[in-house]
Amino acid sequence: MALDPSYLRYDKRRYGMDHERYAWSMLVDRPKVNWPNGARIALWLSVHLEFFPLNPEGKPFKLPGGMVTPYPDLRHFTLRDYGNRVGVQRLLRLFERLRLRASFPTNAAVALRMPSLLRDLAGHELVGHGRDMDHPHFGGMEEGAERSLIAESLAALRGASGQKVEGWISPGKSESAATPELLVEHGVRWFGDWINDDMPYRFETARGPLVALPHSLELSDRQILIDYRHAETDFTDQLLDQHRFLAREAAATGSGRVLAITLHPWVIGQPHRIFALERALEAILREPGVWNATGAELCQSWEAQQSRAP
Amino acid sequence: MKDDPGLYDYWPYRDRPKIEWPGGKRLAFWVAPNIEFYELDPPLNPQRKAWPKPYPDLVPYSFRDYGNRVGHWRMMELLDRHKIRGSVSLSVALIDHHPEIIQACVEREWEFFSHGIYNTRYCYDMDEAQERAIIEDSIETVQRATGQRISGWLAPALTHTERTMDLLAEYGLTYTCDLFHDDQPTPVKVAGGRRFCSVPYSLEMNDSITFNVQNITPRRYVEILKANFDRLYEEGAESGTVMCIPLHAYLIGQPYRLEPFAEALDYITGHDGVWVTTGREIAQHWLANYYDKAVADIAAKAA
Repeated sequence: MALDPSYLRYDKRRYGMDHERYAWSMLVDRPKVNWPNGARIALWLSVHLEFFPLNPEGKPFKLPGGMVTPYPDLRHFTLRDYGNRVGVQRLLRLFERLRLRASFPTNAAVALRMPSLLRDLAGHELVGHGRDMDHPHFGGMEEGAERSLIAESLAALRGASGQKVEGWISPGKSESAATPELLVEHGVRWFGDWINDDMPYRFETARGPLVALPHSLELSDRQILIDYRHAETDFTDQLLDQHRFLAREAAATGSGRVLAITLHPWVIGQPHRIFALERALEAILREPGVWNATGAELCQSWEAQQSRAP
Repeated sequence: MKDDPGLYDYWPYRDRPKIEWPGGKRLAFWVAPNIEFYELDPPLNPQRKAWPKPYPDLVPYSFRDYGNRVGHWRMMELLDRHKIRGSVSLSVALIDHHPEIIQACVEREWEFFSHGIYNTRYCYDMDEAQERAIIEDSIETVQRATGQRISGWLAPALTHTERTMDLLAEYGLTYTCDLFHDDQPTPVKVAGGRRFCSVPYSLEMNDSITFNVQNITPRRYVEILKANFDRLYEEGAESGTVMCIPLHAYLIGQPYRLEPFAEALDYITGHDGVWVTTGREIAQHWLANYYDKAVADIAAKAA
């Protein structure tokens, strides 16, 4: 038995990455980034507004959070829908009290089905998030189909809100090989699918660069409370430990850091869970040097400082 | 296929010849950072797919890339603070991709051992020549970049063949990290009767198992590490034990995990009877002083 000889050929064994999407660099070696007013921590909240169809096709794969039981899976459909009816309002009330603004990656289906919800998000940032949670972008998908999916998703948000909508998170962070190019083609400036950094960086596409923002997969209510089944108080601890570490690193290096928190109203918006976020945010906001930013503001602040680099 | 790997004989954990670590220490403590390169588009091994989704499966890929871009430096600074030299389980191709990381480890006199060429190239179905090729590549590439000749091996993504241990010993390596059968070094039976041993690495204390598989909280990881240490330290008074913490910068280097983790290292290195060392040094000391006694004791107890 032997493997094909090509298995021991390493065509991309070279300095840097094994692809052309971004340059290799260690965070520790990069120029300092200064946030507005000398802030050390940019607090970036992303609240996902998702529509999970009752009749998913699951092709070519299911995205996390979708239907589980045989059709009609009322329990999962309504529990997800709870987030868009009740949970999100609970979050908005909390944000209002703490004077916080958030980014809302929003499925087009949510914008079309719940126009009043979009009006309730006035003052917050809308972010492209695909059609719904049964339409992943994926390797091998037909380019024309993906182009219309992106065009339709952005048009729904732009039409309903009047916002420019220049940010994007793919459903399930799943992309095809062409997604970054198609995003640029549709006026997107930043996206948050790749989870390899704690700071923004430049991402190359054949149609010009995007800014990759450090949108968190790990520090997410769904990951920690649902997938890992940690207690609510453990979620609070992890948010606060994240802040503590990043604030110390920012002080030690003299460079700002991003504290990115990813939320799903159907998870954190439950009455028995919201306190975990509330306590963490209250504690973080008592610390000095916290700048509450949207994705667009982060992107803009970071980009404006790049021209100074060689 | 065999019903037993045949790599070691049964040897109960009682009344063994007493191990003393250098300086009369009772527990040999080593930390093994896995410094890995995963490819975005690796060739397919017939036995195992690297990524579940079609190319580009960017989530698991970029998850791991985080370790090299961000996590490594934080983890390294934490080990510096505790005067711990890492024993690097290295995807050897990372020497070409990210020489800055290698240089930083060389400056700290860390040990390097091989973890294959990429962690997305598996040994399943390799023939002998192919397996020799990756061992030779590892020896030569690490030697050229670091001046060190590798002594240890952790199979890439823990993928083995029946002949792996024989080949490692033939090339002069002295220890394997791939066996989880004991809390002390043990002889490994290899072709030609060469002196080759298993140095306890760990899956139980490994951050990839605790976080990726068992999904435990960062603070509970610290409790588990302390409990593991306490028991091994106590038993080490009778005969020296080994504790390893295998790490991955993409996991432990996340701020919310590294923040509590520091306490575990404070605790362990705060004990007088701990020999803070590397895999190679454990293997060297044990092979020189205890290998023959172990082989004799195993034979005597089997009789």
